[in-house]
Amino acid sequence: MRLMVYSRALLAAALLALAPWPAQAGVNIEHWTTGNGVRVYFTPAPELPIVDVRMVMDAGSARDGEQPGVAGMTATLLNEGSGELDADAIAVRFEEVGAEYAGDAGLDQASVSLRSLSDENLFEPAFNTFMRVLTAPSFPPEAVERIRNQMLVGLREEAQSPDAIASRAFYRAVYGAHPFASPVSGTEQSVRALDRNDVRAFHERYYVADNAVLALTGDMTRARAERLAARIASRMPEGEPPAPLPEVQPLDAARTVKIPFPSEQAHIYIGQPGIARGDPDYFPLYVGNHILGGSGFTSRLMKEVRVERGLSYSVYSYFLPELVAGPFMIGLQTRIDQATEAAQVARDTVRKFVRKGPTSEELKLATSNITAGFPLRIDSNADILEYLALIGYYKLPLDYLDSFNQNVEAVDQARIRAAFGKHLNIEHMVKVIVGGDAKG
Amino acid sequence: MIMKTLLPAALAGLLCIAAATSSAQPGLKLNVHEYELDNGMKVLVKPDARAPVVVVQVWYKVGSADEHSGITGVSHVLEHMMFKGTKRYPAGEFSRIIAANGGEENAFTSRDYTAYYEMLEQSRLPIALDLEADRMRNLTMSKDAFLKEIEVVKEERRLRTDDSPPSLTYEQLNATAFNHGPYHHPIIGWMSDLEHLTIEDAGRWYDSWYAPNNATLVVVGDVEPEAVRKLAEQYFGDIPAKKLPDRKPRPEAPQRGERRAVVKAPAELPYLMQAYKTPALLMSEQEWEPYALAVAAGVLDAGRSSRLSQRLVREQQVAASAGAGYDLYSRYDDLFLLDATPASGRGMAEVEQALDHEIDKLRTELVPQAELDRVKTQVVASEVYAQDSIMTQATTLGALETIGVGWEAIEAYVERIRAVTSEQVREVSRKYLIEDKRTTAVLEPVAIQPAAKRAAAATEPAR
Repeated sequence: MRLMVYSRALLAAALLALAPWPAQAGVNIEHWTTGNGVRVYFTPAPELPIVDVRMVMDAGSARDGEQPGVAGMTATLLNEGSGELDADAIAVRFEEVGAEYAGDAGLDQASVSLRSLSDENLFEPAFNTFMRVLTAPSFPPEAVERIRNQMLVGLREEAQSPDAIASRAFYRAVYGAHPFASPVSGTEQSVRALDRNDVRAFHERYYVADNAVLALTGDMTRARAERLAARIASRMPEGEPPAPLPEVQPLDAARTVKIPFPSEQAHIYIGQPGIARGDPDYFPLYVGNHILGGSGFTSRLMKEVRVERGLSYSVYSYFLPELVAGPFMIGLQTRIDQATEAAQVARDTVRKFVRKGPTSEELKLATSNITAGFPLRIDSNADILEYLALIGYYKLPLDYLDSFNQNVEAVDQARIRAAFGKHLNIEHMVKVIVGGDAKG
Repeated sequence: MIMKTLLPAALAGLLCIAAATSSAQPGLKLNVHEYELDNGMKVLVKPDARAPVVVVQVWYKVGSADEHSGITGVSHVLEHMMFKGTKRYPAGEFSRIIAANGGEENAFTSRDYTAYYEMLEQSRLPIALDLEADRMRNLTMSKDAFLKEIEVVKEERRLRTDDSPPSLTYEQLNATAFNHGPYHHPIIGWMSDLEHLTIEDAGRWYDSWYAPNNATLVVVGDVEPEAVRKLAEQYFGDIPAKKLPDRKPRPEAPQRGERRAVVKAPAELPYLMQAYKTPALLMSEQEWEPYALAVAAGVLDAGRSSRLSQRLVREQQVAASAGAGYDLYSRYDDLFLLDATPASGRGMAEVEQALDHEIDKLRTELVPQAELDRVKTQVVASEVYAQDSIMTQATTLGALETIGVGWEAIEAYVERIRAVTSEQVREVSRKYLIEDKRTTAVLEPVAIQPAAKRAAAATEPAR
């Protein structure tokens, strides 16, 4: 329930975006590819009677092309109909066996997930329904109109949120003509223009075996996982992976976007294009950002902006690596009349960090935090699933986990300075401020 | 916008897999070990060795429900100040030590409690216990730190309430439904009270309520119960008990007729919330009633197959989203909540009518058996899923113990839910889901200035 509980910190989910999901030592990741190209990643976890299944595809909004919102609409419509089943029947089929289904699209991927009890009599019907919605959705015309209506309501909800307005403006300013500039939720005009054929075509093109990664964990054997993978893959056409996304161009100048809004706080985003998953500088940037703004209460941004000056409740920075360079961004919110000061403090903090890097004390603390906290990152089936999907989708090495602490420990001050110097240009940052009047 | 129902979310525990087939089965025993130290501090330990990790939580039975007018928000402000140092571990040390040991830490404040937690690799359990025991009695608050932190809390209020039209609506709904009782004011406090809150207010709150006999330690993870008991004794055992302030009951006067609140705020979308006064398990004279209300909330909104999604969102398309929630675990009688956002082109009156119709159906018709079974199956499944997170398990144990129903209520939960009949759902609906006990709050959007809208529109990609 909203507002039931107040936390000392509202840690943006994104704050963890650069965090990997390594397993405790000894987690066994098994990997194979089905006959028609679905890459499968499996870790058994028999302790609880739960099974988790997730299919991830390169079918996020980066594939929207001239139709912003089509990826999101497709993912949302999957469980609205399949064959003789309508949305009501599908919902009942999942829920009468206690299963939980979710499907949604992000920037560089779409994912469809099922959590079910592992008892054969409960899991089998849930998995059958899951296969149907993923591989044979019917996109009923009535549902297309209803989901369109809900997406339009969602856009109006964004328009009353200074944070959502700031986020849209940030991506647009950072990415310009690149597909990442296009919001997952589309625009009013584009959502109104989408039709059922667009969604069907998108599904046919992108929800194909050669564009899909399957992550499985929970109470099942390798043999059972193989059977499940084969069954679902056999219902998908082989297809082919889409062309790689265009490379992201660095910004050639600083840019400030100010948007007036009748709010108590200004929402501020500062940043630029960051790195792609798999970048060789990942670990120095990850450890460095941990110190800069990724570690909550011990981070520099938190100290400077919140602890020392009381300017913001939440302040953080992160790299969000995607198939191609996702953003580096800093976020904070502050009373309107403090916006300029807070943004300046954040900028100065980053500037100093890029120039001088961390102290040896800071690096030591960050390294011990990350390495000693390793078991926390994968202490649940939900974590393991996230991690399998991450490794599989971005083709990270299978020993990514086993070598994780080693890679963190190999980071030194010089590598952090070099990586930040190479990837961040403090003179070419985008700054978005939403709130207050236009003069701000 | 969709308010998730509390039915699955608020509860955890009980591993009872065959139960999902909804055959009549007793709930299984949770492996919880309970101790009490000589100073009155309770200790709950639940081993879970799936990963070499431990969660430590310290719960204090004090929250916004204990506050009075003029100092609202003080429980939450104190929660922030609890990270500001002791003589032994000065400001910043707590977080630094936990970080250096690979841990995560935070805290949360509710109406009924304030809780602190650390999550660590299991061998580091004593580190968290040492730090928590230290700040239970040795907190030092500096004026300077307080003045900065109170500004942080005001920013938190602006972020989470003042600039969020649905949150403002909820705040008014709550304050109107409870016009003087313990749940009247918001957890974060009224801004005018935050403006005038002093370090002395926070200090008095700490001195009054932070004591072992007002606290519960919860440890879940890869631990051995008897070893945890010894460690608890070692770190917390010599902290003296205190005489706690009297808690006056302050019951809300009976509501005599429907109440309405209108909230006007810069917004794009209208929004509706409704609240019916309902009993909490702790206060309920009929123990089955809260469970029947929980099932009623599930019939409305346990998932996409539930009535609000199926009828209001998909069939009638009167709402873009609609939700229901009821939490049986609270210290005082609470609310059965509904919320909805109208679909494009549909009016608020239509949405209200549609919700009324659903409530009316609960009062007049029996829930068909298949539907009832489905809701119960969802409840059992979500209990199993909750086992996946040791944090969720610990939080449920701590909340139930602190509220006063006792952690054992989790063991009884599935059994009680499964025992609910369609007749009982109809009976509690007739008794509690009635207009005279209802409060309705409506958000009426005030147009966001054209300049702002133009600028917002200009942020769309030019395609």
